[in-house]
Amino acid sequence: MARLTIAEALREAIREEMRRDENVYCIGEDIGIPGGWGGAFTVTLGLEKEFPDRIINTPISEAGFFGVALGSSLIGLRPIIDVQYGDFLFCAMDQIANQIAKLRYMSGGKVKIPIVIRAPVGVTGRGAQHSQMMEPFFHCLPGIKIVVPATAYDAKGLLKTAVRDDNPVLIFEHKLLYGAKGVRSESGSIDASSEIPEEEYTIPFGKAVVRKQGKDITIIATLLMMYRAYEAAQILEEQGISVEVIDPRSLVPFDWETVKKSIAKTGRVVIVEESPRRGGIGAEIAATIAEEMLDFLIAPVRRIAAPDTPAPFSPVMEKFYVPSTERIVQTVKEIINISS
Amino acid sequence: MKENYYSTEQLLMFYRKMVLIREFEERVKFLFLEGTMPGTIHQYQGQEACAVGVCSALKKGDIITTTHRPHGHCIAMGMDIKSMMAELFGKVTGCCRGKGGSMHMGDIEKGVVPGIAIVGGGIPIATGIGFGFKMKNMPNVAVCFMGDGATNEGTFHESLNMASVWNLPVIYVVENNLYGASTHVSLVMKVEKISERASAYRIPGITIDGNDVIKVYETAMEAVEKARSGGGPTLIELLTYRITGHSRRDPAAYQPPEEKKKALENEPIKKFTSFLLSRGVSKEIIESIREEVKIEIEEAVKYAMESEYPLPEDTLNDLFA
Ligand SMILES: Cc1ncc(C[n+]2csc(CCOP(=O)(O)OP(=O)(O)O)c2C)c(N)n1
Ligand SMILES: [Mg+2]
Repeated sequence: MARLTIAEALREAIREEMRRDENVYCIGEDIGIPGGWGGAFTVTLGLEKEFPDRIINTPISEAGFFGVALGSSLIGLRPIIDVQYGDFLFCAMDQIANQIAKLRYMSGGKVKIPIVIRAPVGVTGRGAQHSQMMEPFFHCLPGIKIVVPATAYDAKGLLKTAVRDDNPVLIFEHKLLYGAKGVRSESGSIDASSEIPEEEYTIPFGKAVVRKQGKDITIIATLLMMYRAYEAAQILEEQGISVEVIDPRSLVPFDWETVKKSIAKTGRVVIVEESPRRGGIGAEIAATIAEEMLDFLIAPVRRIAAPDTPAPFSPVMEKFYVPSTERIVQTVKEIINISS
Repeated sequence: MKENYYSTEQLLMFYRKMVLIREFEERVKFLFLEGTMPGTIHQYQGQEACAVGVCSALKKGDIITTTHRPHGHCIAMGMDIKSMMAELFGKVTGCCRGKGGSMHMGDIEKGVVPGIAIVGGGIPIATGIGFGFKMKNMPNVAVCFMGDGATNEGTFHESLNMASVWNLPVIYVVENNLYGASTHVSLVMKVEKISERASAYRIPGITIDGNDVIKVYETAMEAVEKARSGGGPTLIELLTYRITGHSRRDPAAYQPPEEKKKALENEPIKKFTSFLLSRGVSKEIIESIREEVKIEIEEAVKYAMESEYPLPEDTLNDLFA
């Protein structure tokens, strides 16, 4: 057992998968430059030493190298694409949305697209073009799986599963959870490190984790919001409100079973998300709950989300923008008050 | 160089602007490293002659686009450094009212489109500004600042082709500082000069020393005049060097020490100072300008620190017109 950060756990997963299968390779900007940072958040740091021919530093040409990765996957390679900030996925959007997500379907199931795309997300003091939570833009796109690891243990196991999956998988990694060190460390980071077992493991998609058991209300949250929800749950516990916190870990596929079981028990549910409220993941979850679980609900489903604006720069506004622990505590209390 | 044509006053104006950028950046770096300033920063030390040379060739009404590394371009366009410093601190008196921060700095009233932090994102926009000038018969030009790395984006190639086909008044200024983030240009392109790329679109491409402010000014002047009089686009490649990290606390360990050392000897302010001395400008005058600039910057820092933050709810403003 060793305690690893998310950045380190992802690096170990990549290393192990590259050793296991020589078709696996990494492609992206600044991912393996001696004297550099190993990608924007140190995930691939040093891997070029062991795999000089399989850590591919690209020009700043996102549309181009996403397509290159796709083409190579058609003849059996298994690329792990690194994009420095999730926001730049838009630069490669045709390749992702029209090609990567659709080629298998268009071929009548004859081609396989074993591609992993790793993208950092999170509102972190950089303004509107380096802060977006990208999940909603891809959640509505059939043909891509979406994974959101909040701990180092999950990051390693889920990335290994992603590499072995014969379909496109997008992994959203949170900038404040990486635990990147040295010059690439982030202010405001949260410790998301885990004890990582010596022996190999993978984690299947579509299996949520109940981070905290509770009986009065269910909170569904991923990435940074999971930590805020957990913290809120602890505060509420002291005030006599018992909160269950569910971390879905993958959005596509989604573990409805765990969520439904929880709601059947609590009858109340809140979804917390860092992205704007309109059209967010919470909207989809809430709609499905309304369709399928109405009889179990004793209070309206609530969403806690960012406002429908881009992310502002100023720390004062950023604090207002990102859902806080206090907001979660407050909202839960309101729900409990109106329904008991 | 037609250096004899310049009055001492004009030469000192170049000097003053370059020093203003350098001292601004050094002060910002200090404030950032000390933890007083939030966010992330991409700085311009070493490239001052590019911004000052090019922007000095522009007139009121001309418009530039800038990048994730915008501070130098903003200062060279005459933006108020108080409003820039306030923006970096996220204050409501900032040029973007605290919404933008370092990477999105700009002021359209001064001819600076808010900084576009998506590499290559500004190239079609500048092209569109030129398109608009032409369509409306306006006597203005658009200048598109970009780095070497940006010329590998598809937007670069699509934009140059349109500017060529439609004969647009756009000047593409490529500041080749040898690196895109940590990646050396030689790893990501085979052309010897980036200006060669212009010829694929039948646009004149010029490569010059980007650390020689007068040379930059003269070259920009010619391209601007040409564009203004209907002669179409030009690409100017400016050879320069970033003598600071790519961003934040980057120690730039990928830059070989020898290369760094050479670059420090060749940096634009040092170079221009020797030139001024050789022209008979006294050391005292040069020093006094630096001192004046430092005072101006301290005033900007004070202004920024004393300014109010936006209200949290201001987050909800400014979305739609
Ligand atoms: C589309 C896009 N890809 C990647 C990045 C991350 N990034 C920011 S600056 C930079 C390097 C840009 O190099 P260059 O164009 O030479 O400009 P310089 O930084 O040298 O001024 C990269 C890769 C980005 N901001 N946008
Ligand atoms: Mg560069």
